[in-house]
Amino acid sequence: MSVDKDTVNKIARLSRIAISDEEADKMVGELNGILAWVEQLGEVDVTGVEPMTAVIPNHLRLRDDVVTDGDVREKVLANAPAREGSFFGVPKVIE
Amino acid sequence: MTDLTKLGVAAIRSGVANGDFTAVEVATAFNANVAAAKVLNAFIVETPEKAIDAAKAVDADRAAGKLLGKMAGVPIGMKDLFATEGVQTTAASHILEGFLPTYESTVSANLWKAGAGMLGKLNLDQFAMGSSNETSYFGNVISPWRRNDGGNAALAPGGSSGGSSTAIAARLCPAATGTDTGGSIRQPAAFVGISGIKPTYGRCSRWGIVAFASSLDQAGPMARDVRDCAIMLEAMAGFDPKDSTSLDLPVPEWEAGLSGDLRGKKVGIPREYRLDGIDEDIAKMWDNGIAWLKDAGAEVVDISLPHTKYALPAYYIIAPAEASSNLARYDGVRYGLRDLPDGAGLQDMYAATRAAGFGAEVRRRIMIGTYVLSAGFYDAYYTQAQKVRALIARDFENAWAQCDLILAPTAPSAAFGLGEKTSDPLSMYLNDVFAVPASLAGLPAMSVPGGLDKQGLPLGLQIVGKALDEQGVLNAGLAIEERAGFTAEAEKWW
Repeated sequence: MSVDKDTVNKIARLSRIAISDEEADKMVGELNGILAWVEQLGEVDVTGVEPMTAVIPNHLRLRDDVVTDGDVREKVLANAPAREGSFFGVPKVIE
Repeated sequence: MTDLTKLGVAAIRSGVANGDFTAVEVATAFNANVAAAKVLNAFIVETPEKAIDAAKAVDADRAAGKLLGKMAGVPIGMKDLFATEGVQTTAASHILEGFLPTYESTVSANLWKAGAGMLGKLNLDQFAMGSSNETSYFGNVISPWRRNDGGNAALAPGGSSGGSSTAIAARLCPAATGTDTGGSIRQPAAFVGISGIKPTYGRCSRWGIVAFASSLDQAGPMARDVRDCAIMLEAMAGFDPKDSTSLDLPVPEWEAGLSGDLRGKKVGIPREYRLDGIDEDIAKMWDNGIAWLKDAGAEVVDISLPHTKYALPAYYIIAPAEASSNLARYDGVRYGLRDLPDGAGLQDMYAATRAAGFGAEVRRRIMIGTYVLSAGFYDAYYTQAQKVRALIARDFENAWAQCDLILAPTAPSAAFGLGEKTSDPLSMYLNDVFAVPASLAGLPAMSVPGGLDKQGLPLGLQIVGKALDEQGVLNAGLAIEERAGFTAEAEKWW
């Protein structure tokens, strides 16, 4: 499988990363080089093999359904690039 | 008085405890070395006052006759991937420039509780993606080592923990934290002639570590010798309810358990690691390592890890896939950089912010990850890679029927020059060929110095152990250390 420029632009869109035309051109070659290399995985016989989900056998713990934190609004907002009052500011979304 | 910056963790700890010198004297000496080594670019942020404050607290505790912690009086470097409350934490990225965490990572908190102090935040590859520390937004870290050809070519300190490796090798700190996703503790340790261990996945909490690939990311110590690594790992490790994959197990007393006597141990030599065209100095060092382990009483056996060649391609699907998901959080809304072009809407703001905030390698990996997880390609790439990963883990399981530990080189070459591999991402990826399999299987693995190559540069030997057998790994590392007689240091030029 190989990618063309349209595919690169689509991946960039899905990744929410703006790329220029020249960057897209360059990325076609880079991604194809890497994808051609990883494609050797296709030659491995994986019949009957379950995909790995955990490297070390461990069970997911459940904790009691109680409030363990909160009341930290100032901490949550402390690094906001465009704070508005006690909210995160974003560009207008609804016309 | 002796130069305190020549001392390691164990020597500092006992010197402070015995009253040979004070913790403040130690911190002051290392602060001076840090301040005088800016050309190496090992630190993104220096925090000399934090180191002094921690040292004062230790000296006061000692004066008051209180019990001192495992790392009491030891100033360390903190890889800038660990969130430190009130101290800029960037993952060496522009998108997190200026980010001041309002919380402390579990591992760093454990270290401060044990009496360590912070000299500063160490440079790294951006979001830990790289093998040469050339992807940092804050510039390359330069290795203190130079080739013996009389040239002054700047060499890579390895990556991603390149600030950590350089700082220790140049004696800017006696030890530092590292993180290892596909070799990021072991390869930089090998490149500068120090030791480093990646423990079993789950030993050290990931809480508060900037996430790269969560099923692989694991913190560990880097230091000058095996004992220092054992001491620091004890301080870092431990169960943390805030990390869902944290192992709920007591922390063994690795330092007390250290022994270079390997009688009764079997060490496997994986034939697939003896690549065609293997560097002859690497091959010779590996043979030396085999001889040292035999001398320590171990029996050496030939083993096979048949899926070795597929580890790297599997890694370069799985790690970018997880990265693309983890890094989705950088959106320019809640923290970090925001790039809002005139008249842009929310979607444009996301795209502009992420284009401006992520470096080229990070963008590349996010896009690969997005592609292999996208509809129509998920099974062919991601599911297949996770199946191959299961086979790689099974290779190790099968090997443990024949041996207790595995010995291999850490990296296929000594340190390369800055800029030598940056034009081709694949050639950079291939540098992790020996390190990645143990990461995919979550196994403890360590690099210790094995000697110098013809160019006078350090080479590392890697020991891989069974899950939870850090003790076996450390002990084999100690046996090598006791026999390798590695005392070489970079000649000071900075």
